[in-house]
Amino acid sequence: MNVHAAPTRRLFLSRSGQLTLSAAAIGLMAGSSSASAQSSMTMEADVGILNVALGLEHEAINAYQLGAGSGLLQKPALDVAIAFQSHHKSHRDALIATIRTMGGKPVAERSLDEYARSLNAATLMSQADVLTLAAKLELGATNAYLGVIPSFKDSKLGQVAARLAADETMHWTALSQALGKMLPSGALSFGA
Amino acid sequence: MRLVVLAAGCAAVSPAWAAGDVQRGQQAYEARCGGCHSVDTDRIGPRHAGVVGRRAGSVPGFAYSDALRNSGLTWDAGLLDRWLANPEALVPGQRMGYQLTDAQARAEIVAYLSTLTAERK
Repeated sequence: MNVHAAPTRRLFLSRSGQLTLSAAAIGLMAGSSSASAQSSMTMEADVGILNVALGLEHEAINAYQLGAGSGLLQKPALDVAIAFQSHHKSHRDALIATIRTMGGKPVAERSLDEYARSLNAATLMSQADVLTLAAKLELGATNAYLGVIPSFKDSKLGQVAARLAADETMHWTALSQALGKMLPSGALSFGA
Repeated sequence: MRLVVLAAGCAAVSPAWAAGDVQRGQQAYEARCGGCHSVDTDRIGPRHAGVVGRRAGSVPGFAYSDALRNSGLTWDAGLLDRWLANPEALVPGQRMGYQLTDAQARAEIVAYLSTLTAERK
């Protein structure tokens, strides 16, 4: 992997890092109908899905932390990793706010060492390894968010999941470009 | 689509998966399941090494829902296909909200899962 090789890739990564997500907007959107329209049982089910999503965001934040702290990432990849981590922190904050609005208890973050073990961080030896892991997690997150949409009882939460999926797709696309990987040749390659 | 029939029709029988199905299944697994699961480590979801033939909700140390832990299910190809299609329909009260609607992708993922032994690591 060589993020210095292609100026277009570098520019793309740079621009990707400038995009941010409004945590408050998502939290507000999700909380607006949930508290009043759902029964406690359906709300509990939705909170359960949101907590799985929160667990995923905790992991993503820590994965980028492991990458940033590994010494393996060079600029501009390091800056991009930090920018993407900030997006995941916004996702985390929005999910926590939404879960609390719905009367749930947000799942706790684990220790960095636990994430390092579960992600086999000790096997990361190069910048390409770090970015490949990040891309894999981002693709998994994209599909995870798309895959939970039909399960939400509150359709507005489905919209929240779609917005989160869009961010993860943006991350995956930028990382794939940085790694010099081909984008999907066919349409509708995500979700389903 | 051959695997769809196999997966749906042989709940207790371990089918002989084609190598291409398993390879596509691994790719689909990494793309569809890799956000939360790994083969050898517990993450947001439990590890999948040895999942076929394993009692549902039985990976030591993983915090399952009561519903799944008490389901009495033992994973086989047919149950995994139903689980991936709609976990809540199979085990009400479980925690996985993910639904994989693509039947071929499900069958290929099940083919891949069927190759994972518990002694991988």
